[in-house]
Amino acid sequence: MKPPPFDYHCPETLDEALALLAEHGEAAKVLAGGQSLVPMLNLRAVHPEVLIDINRLPGLDHVRIEDGELRIGALARHRAVLESPAVREASPLMAAAYPYVSHGPIRNRGTLCGNLCHNDPASEMPAVALASDAEMMLQSASGARTVGAEEFFTGTLSTAAGADELLVEVRVPQAPAGQGAAFHEVSPRKGDFAYVAVGAVVSLSGGACSGARIVCAGVGDGPHRARAAEDALEGAAPGEGAFRQAAAAAADSIDPGEDFHADADYRRDLVRSLTRRALADAASRCH
Amino acid sequence: MTTPRTVELVVNGERRAADAEPRTLLSDFLREGLGLTGTHVGCEHGVCGACTVLVDGQSVRSCLMLAVQAEGSEVRTIEGLGGADDMHPLQEAFWEKHGLQCGFCTPGMLMTAVELLESTPGAGMDEIREAISSNLCRCTGYQTIVEAVQAAAERMQGEGQ
Ligand SMILES: Cc1cc2nc3c(=O)[nH]c(=O)nc-3n(C[C@H](O)[C@H](O)[C@H](O)COP(=O)(O)OP(=O)(O)OC[C@H]3O[C@@H](n4cnc5c(N)ncnc54)[C@H](O)[C@@H]3O)c2cc1C
Ligand code: FES
Ligand code: FES
Repeated sequence: MKPPPFDYHCPETLDEALALLAEHGEAAKVLAGGQSLVPMLNLRAVHPEVLIDINRLPGLDHVRIEDGELRIGALARHRAVLESPAVREASPLMAAAYPYVSHGPIRNRGTLCGNLCHNDPASEMPAVALASDAEMMLQSASGARTVGAEEFFTGTLSTAAGADELLVEVRVPQAPAGQGAAFHEVSPRKGDFAYVAVGAVVSLSGGACSGARIVCAGVGDGPHRARAAEDALEGAAPGEGAFRQAAAAAADSIDPGEDFHADADYRRDLVRSLTRRALADAASRCH
Repeated sequence: MTTPRTVELVVNGERRAADAEPRTLLSDFLREGLGLTGTHVGCEHGVCGACTVLVDGQSVRSCLMLAVQAEGSEVRTIEGLGGADDMHPLQEAFWEKHGLQCGFCTPGMLMTAVELLESTPGAGMDEIREAISSNLCRCTGYQTIVEAVQAAAERMQGEGQ
C-alpha cells in the first residue's frame, strides 16, 4: 500500500527541527532512516499529519568514544555502527549483537537512534542498551534531558521520549576491562526480527562470576532483563552447571506472548538454550 | 504542503526531474514519474528486496524512501546496468547460470549484487550469501543465483587485472 498524505519538512539545522517538533507535537513524526516508519506508513498503521525529516541535519552521524563513553549520534546508520572499531572496543556486546540487526540495504539507511525510538519488542538494540546502562540524550525546543535505558523503554513501540523531543545521541558506558560478552538469536531468516534473542555479559573475579547482565528480546513488550538469572550467577563458579541454572531462571522470568511463528513454550525454550549458550561464550571471552 | 513538488536527481547518469507528492515512494516515482518500470515492487514494506536500487552508491529499498528524499541524489536502477547488446557481467552470468526464472526478483537481486561486487571485488561464497539474504526469490531456490554472482565476481576480477 501507499502512505497517507502528510506535510513534509526537511529542516537544515537542529534548532529548526526542534522548533517544528514544538509546533506540531503529537501530529508530527520524526523521519530518520525510515526503515520502520515508512513500512508503518505504507501499511497505514500510522497517520501523522507532518513528517519532519532529520536526514539533512549536520553533525549527528558520529560514532566515537569520548570521556569513557561510546557516543552515537541520531544519524549514525546501522552500517556505520556495525563497521565501527569504536563499537568493538567500547561495547563488545553491541558488536556481538549488531550482525543480527536487519540486512544490508536496511542498514544503509536505518539508524541506531531510530531503532531505539521505535522499540520493537523483538529488536536487539533496546536489549543491548538495557544491559549496558545506556543513556538517551533527548533535546526539545525547551531544553535537554538524559533518560536511562531502564526508564526509556516503556512498552511495545513506545518510549519515554516526548512528542516534541529528539533523541540526539545515545551514550553507552565503556565495558569494564576483562568483561566477556555474547549475543545469540533465532529468527526466521538471517537479519529478520528475532523470535527470541539473548545477550549476556560476564566478568570473572577470583574464579567466580560477577556482575553478569542477561537481557532478552522477543519475549514481551520490550527488552527484558533477567535479574533472577543474574542473581543466580553471582559468585558461582563458571561452568555448565551454573549456566544451566541461570538459564532456567531466565526462562522462568519471562511471560512471553504467542504469535503465528512461536508460541510461549517455544519462546521459553529458546530463552533457556540461548541464555546457556550466551553465558558460556561470554565467560570464555573474559580476559 | 502535501502538494506535489519537483524532484531533481540524476538517474543512471542522466539529469531527470518530475513532480512528486511528499508521500510518493521512490519506487513509484521511478516507475510512474520517470517511466523506469524495471524496478519491481513486491511487498512495499522492505522485506522482499524487489525494489532495491542504489542511491549515492548504496543499496536501498526504494519502497522505504520518499521520492522527495532523493532530491539531488544519484540513483542507479536496473535500466542503467546494461541492455541486450551490452550486458553487465552479472546479467550475463544470471543468464548463463539460470539465476532467474520468472524474473520478478531479478532487478533487486542484480542491484544488490552490483553493490557487493563493486565494494568487495572477489567476494566469496559467504559474502554473496549474506548480501542476497536480504532478497526473496520464490522460483530459483537461490543456489543458481549464488552461482551466478560467484561467476560474475570471477569474471569481473579477471577483467580488472
Ligand atoms: C526487512 C527489515 C528487517 C529488519 N530487521 C530488523 C532486525 O532484525 N532488528 C531490528 O532491530 N530492526 C530491524 N528492522 C528495523 C530497522 O532496524 C529500522 O532501521 C529501525 O527500527 C528504525 O530506525 P530508522 O532510523 O529507520 O527510524 P525510522 O523508521 O525513521 O523511525 C522509527 C521511529 O522512531 C522515531 N524516531 C526516529 N529517529 C528518532 C530520533 N532521533 N528522535 C526521536 N524519534 C525518532 C520515528 O518518528 C519513528 O516513530 C528491520 C527493518 C526491515 C525493513
Ligand atoms: S517492494 Fe520494497 S522491499 Fe518489497
Ligand atoms: S526468479 Fe521468480 S522470484 Fe526470483
